[in-house]
Amino acid sequence: MKTITFTSPAWDYILMQAIKDFPHETCGFFFGFEEEDRRCITQAMAVKNASIENKERRFSINSQDYIRAEKFALQNHTTLLGIYHSHPNHPAHPSLHDLNNALPFFSYLIVSVYDKIFHQATCWRLNEEGERSFHEEELILPS
Amino acid sequence: MATIIIPTPLRKFTQSQFTFETTAKTVGEAINELINCYPELKNQILDEQNNFRPFINFFVGDSDIRTLNKEQTPLGENDVLSIIPAIAGGL
Repeated sequence: MKTITFTSPAWDYILMQAIKDFPHETCGFFFGFEEEDRRCITQAMAVKNASIENKERRFSINSQDYIRAEKFALQNHTTLLGIYHSHPNHPAHPSLHDLNNALPFFSYLIVSVYDKIFHQATCWRLNEEGERSFHEEELILPS
Repeated sequence: MATIIIPTPLRKFTQSQFTFETTAKTVGEAINELINCYPELKNQILDEQNNFRPFINFFVGDSDIRTLNKEQTPLGENDVLSIIPAIAGGL
């Protein structure tokens, strides 16, 4: 099983954003390094939820913010490894909408927040062969 | 030369190269040059009719080529062409 570990600064930042943005979906990027099947996340970058639909149920990230994330990775000698978003008042399970929009390679962290209280987090990666589907990564969060 | 920035999810198709230098004069020529060099990229960027896929965006500097001259958008000496996947999700 692939594992993904979030360091305390990265996880605390993401969780703070998810709570702050509630009841809207928060979203952003995370960065770090990988060795074989292990990823370690050391930094995160919050971006604006640019969805023109209901932000309590949808997120999108505009192109300028994506460029900013790629440049940040290049300038800081790190790797853009994934995208996080929250599911306000819903479980941390990927939706069909999440699956349809997923890209290969990226890890997708979903943070479930109920009434501004952290509930659960899960992380997923798109299967690159066979039917379009996710597989779950073993998520290791700071204790 | 202009520089194409390869987005992280597509670098597995470019032998992990982050950037690609090109002397092409338009965005369309530059992308064709990139695909000639890395043929596995073709299905990621172009559809069956060889049109740019709608969920992939192309920016020259900070400008979406859809607001410029699309594939015919000129590329200058020091321009940066970014290939940007659309990112969305939710409940």
